[in-house]
Amino acid sequence: MDKAFSQIYKIQGGNIYNAGKASTEIKSILKQLGINSFIIRRVAIAAYEAEMNVVMYAKHATMTFEVTPKQINIIVEDEGPGIADVSLAMQEGYSTATPEMREMGFGAGMGLPNIKRNSDSFKIESVVGKGIKLEIKININ
Amino acid sequence: MRNDFRSIRIDTEKCEGRMACMRVCPTQAIRVRGSKATLLNDRCIDCGECVRVCPNHAIIPQTSSFSDFSKFKYTIALPSPVFYSQFGKDVSPSVILNALKKIGFDDAYDVACASESVSIAIQEYLDSNKSPRPLIAPFCPAIVRLVQVRYPNLLDNLIPIESPMEIAAREAKHLKMKELGLKEKEIGCIYITPCPAKTISIKYPPRKKHSFLDGTISISEIYPSLVQVLSKSNGDTIKTDIRGLGLGWPIVGGQVACLKAEDCISIAGLNDVTRIFEEIENGKLKDIQYIECHSCPTACVGGQLTVENPYIARGRVLRVVKKFGSVPCQDRDKIRELYQKNFFSLLGKISPSPVAPLDEDISRAIQKMRQKQEIYDLLPKIDCGACGAPSCQTFAEDSVKDGTSMGECIFISMKKFETLTGNLHDTVLKHSRKVRTT
Repeated sequence: MDKAFSQIYKIQGGNIYNAGKASTEIKSILKQLGINSFIIRRVAIAAYEAEMNVVMYAKHATMTFEVTPKQINIIVEDEGPGIADVSLAMQEGYSTATPEMREMGFGAGMGLPNIKRNSDSFKIESVVGKGIKLEIKININ
Repeated sequence: MRNDFRSIRIDTEKCEGRMACMRVCPTQAIRVRGSKATLLNDRCIDCGECVRVCPNHAIIPQTSSFSDFSKFKYTIALPSPVFYSQFGKDVSPSVILNALKKIGFDDAYDVACASESVSIAIQEYLDSNKSPRPLIAPFCPAIVRLVQVRYPNLLDNLIPIESPMEIAAREAKHLKMKELGLKEKEIGCIYITPCPAKTISIKYPPRKKHSFLDGTISISEIYPSLVQVLSKSNGDTIKTDIRGLGLGWPIVGGQVACLKAEDCISIAGLNDVTRIFEEIENGKLKDIQYIECHSCPTACVGGQLTVENPYIARGRVLRVVKKFGSVPCQDRDKIRELYQKNFFSLLGKISPSPVAPLDEDISRAIQKMRQKQEIYDLLPKIDCGACGAPSCQTFAEDSVKDGTSMGECIFISMKKFETLTGNLHDTVLKHSRKVRTT
């Protein structure tokens, strides 16, 4: 894959201070590559929601961001509680956010469906007690 | 083509390359090459932060000169409402407006009243329009330019409503055309501006071909002569009172105070504006209706071309609002009617103006991004600026974009020098041992 550019970001669970940093960097890279702003917006939303899921629920995660001439790939692998019922979590409006999280404007229950809506391909694997792996693909053309 | 003219110019005679501008520029638009600062027009957003910090006063805000107005038969000064906060706490707006007529303008026209009309129009727009939220105020030209350059995704969030200075200039011109039988082009409307950014929005208004204004004069330039007139005047005023909440527009929160809508916020200073724009881009803040946005941290009273300390000026604005703000200057129903007739609407689109990518071809751009990363990994990442670029990131970007040599980095040069002298040292040692043994 010598035609790709990739970066790896470490995301710390519970660290609201740095939340959104990876998605901001990803956006900046895509702007320098001259990617269409409509696509950047989709990537921004998907990456930000994925990042926030880690911050709110997991211990930590690795976010691998890769861009090829045709596609943007984001893989997020976290270590955390996982999701027991993935199909339930994929429903609009479903959320397990605590009242504190809701106070801060999170937990509208749109995280995962929102990522899916903004991706061209979306995969989720979850092992309860171990963690979640998200695979997001967004086409450039 | 519009990128060729920016609101500031660097006077290379005065510039000594001291880098204060380069460090403060929020969009990394300045490089220092051969002891002279140069401006990258495509990155500049006209915020004027560099004007404040240059120790040599080598950054010249672009405004008009009085001789530019000799071509008009009749001139009207339109002072930014900031102007009312520059002269002592007891000098009322109408006295100040009157004084402008004594320093060479044929007439002076209040803009604050137009701010009130525009506020009513914004309220109407918020009530009747379902376009994506949050809507962003387009009245600070540096904010509009920031969106064009860095956040083209948010262009549709900029509310398409004409600015108070344009509304006021149109009114002033039409009144005088009727009254004096002049043609539009015979009347010159000059904005007394707190910042150089307004010059750009008059020269190149983003949504239309021509501004109703014909030039700008800075507050600081006109200040001394106005102080003289005011010291001699015995409180003469123009006939009409200047009143209404529009007087509060030049301070943070002034626009939102005029709105009835809830869920409006006011932000000032490019750091915070950028943070909010990042969030909107990430699909957040949709529950906010309207964002009043200023590039200067203390809003317009803190413009680069003002005279009074921005906090003192803010206090005076609040005082004036308390005294004259409670009585509206406009009939709400009449403004609503005008709104329906598109009196405030701007129909043109604002075009994006992003910084050029690393390469027009995506494959090559990706390759250059990898090169940039490789270069960046070698750099000290302390953003010392000694190379003439504001950060190691921009240095790496410049290197791949236009081949800036790695030797410009003092740390890399030092390392090379150390290796070189280290080798030399080893050789000398080796030879001296040989000499001793023989």
